[in-house]
Amino acid sequence: MTRVLPWFGVAAVAAAPLTGMGNYPLHLMIMCLLWGFVYTGWAVMGRLGMVSLGHGAFLGIGAYVVVMAWNHFGLSPWLGIPIALALTSLVALLIGYPCFRLKIVGHYFALVTLALSEVARMIIIALRDQTGGSLGATPDTALASTAWSLPALQFSSKLVWFYIVLVVWLAGLWVWTRVDRSMARLALEAISQEEDAAASIGIGVTRLKLGVTLISALMTCIGGVLYAQYQLYVNPETVSGIAVSLQMVFGAIAGGMFVRLGPTVGAVFTLLLAEVLRLALGHDIHGLDTTIYGVLLVLFIIFMPKGILGTAIEVWEKRGRVKPAAATA
Amino acid sequence: MEIFDIFLLEAVVNGVLLGGILALLALGLNLIFGVIDVVWICYAELIMIGMYAVYYLHTVYGWPLWLAFPVCIALVSALGVALHQFVIQPVLAAEPINQLLVTGGVLFLLQGAATLVFGVEFKNLGVTLPTVELGGMYMSFARLIAFLAALASMIGMYLFLTRTFLGTAIRAISQDRAIMPLMGVNPNRIFLITSALGGGLAGLAACLLVLQYDIHPAIGLSFGPITFLVCVLGGLGNMIGGFIAAFIFAQFISVGGYFFELEWGYVIAFLFFIGFMFWRPRGLLGARS
Repeated sequence: MTRVLPWFGVAAVAAAPLTGMGNYPLHLMIMCLLWGFVYTGWAVMGRLGMVSLGHGAFLGIGAYVVVMAWNHFGLSPWLGIPIALALTSLVALLIGYPCFRLKIVGHYFALVTLALSEVARMIIIALRDQTGGSLGATPDTALASTAWSLPALQFSSKLVWFYIVLVVWLAGLWVWTRVDRSMARLALEAISQEEDAAASIGIGVTRLKLGVTLISALMTCIGGVLYAQYQLYVNPETVSGIAVSLQMVFGAIAGGMFVRLGPTVGAVFTLLLAEVLRLALGHDIHGLDTTIYGVLLVLFIIFMPKGILGTAIEVWEKRGRVKPAAATA
Repeated sequence: MEIFDIFLLEAVVNGVLLGGILALLALGLNLIFGVIDVVWICYAELIMIGMYAVYYLHTVYGWPLWLAFPVCIALVSALGVALHQFVIQPVLAAEPINQLLVTGGVLFLLQGAATLVFGVEFKNLGVTLPTVELGGMYMSFARLIAFLAALASMIGMYLFLTRTFLGTAIRAISQDRAIMPLMGVNPNRIFLITSALGGGLAGLAACLLVLQYDIHPAIGLSFGPITFLVCVLGGLGNMIGGFIAAFIFAQFISVGGYFFELEWGYVIAFLFFIGFMFWRPRGLLGARS
């Protein structure tokens, strides 16, 4: 039963748009899955004690490289994506290797990677002649005479995007599970507890950390590509810099970064929170959603550091354990 | 074009003045990190609140600046104490990274609250200070004041930490957090005093920045990241290192911005920072591991 249950869940999600829901709920589902995928990507390394504030750079590379290659060189996103992935790998290795080699951890790692995401944002703004600077950029449309264009990776139907994002999200969960069940995860947890002790028993600290960083960065980059192609608009403030980097960290934490569906729950929670507040209060009251978001984050980290799903599972398991014990007593 | 022309010199001098401000920003953050071992990610947002306080007291309610400034400093100082008591204190025993992230939540909270209460429009203090001409170079008087005030407050902080009993206690607890309670020092009291001092320095920075920049709810993001980098470059918690690093950073921004555009100045400064961290991971004057 527990083996087939997840597949029922996937089938239910996949069938949901066929019930004829409107464009708005469909858009929300796409956003939940897309950000769920990105947060999962972040959590792949975040849960192992590497709190990166630099993932905004990888998201930005994914979004901008593909759009710029299309707009300025006429390169199809199918060629742009490998370029973006290659660039992401290069940047991740250039930052990761020295960091892990020199044991830059904790606060220092967070702040060095913060610099990385700010570099990405500043470069995008500074190249304003090509990127449109702070105003953002729109990929040249291929949808003038047709509803969808596979070479341009542009689809006017939200339904198509839903299934693309659903598949990518499932792939993300699969990667998460593979990492979770690997020996590398145990080794990395040992590293995050006591790096020198882990190294002393023969764990290749730098290599393992680099591997998991690369996986995490590439997932984030793909998320950036999908975001840009779905929204057909990119902006340095929304795909790079400190704000989106913190958003990823908090999404993962709010949902629970130690369980598989935690980051997705975090994405659903934060998106629905923003939408509910917006619908309840209208567009006129600016800032209330961010305020409540901030308050909730503070409360989460103080009272529920394992996140919504992590805490729920913990409570559920405790309940299951306590009951039989009480019955025998 | 000759490289060493008067405009380059002007950029260098302006860089020194900017360095003064950055040094002041870094000082408060370093003090808090050195003593409490926590990075206030929302430090720049406290400054933003202080800038709004000066704006409302002076421009809206018509208070004179000499009265608005101390009130602003006291207010931000109280905010710092509240931040420690209600947000940092509950997670002091948790994983260190949680302490960094919890103040990130406060960052969103303060930004959202500022948007809610003050609106997204840019606010200007409406005080125009003259431009000083010195040997053909033009400098903003506001920057000059800020530089001098930053310098004075740093000397004041140095004297406080080295010449007073309380300052000695603060330095002692930053050296060994575990042993000081055994010596009869109440660490929480020291933490609260440090938070008040750090907040006060943020308030002072707010007073100086509000003379130069327009205020808006997201202004913290424009100088927050750079302040963290200055602190890390100097060695987190090392006040003298932060002081030197501030001037290095400011030169990169100012002179880089002179040769290219301002954003490239920042990009060069950030890249220099990343490169430097690989050469000395603990910062300029940080302890060698």
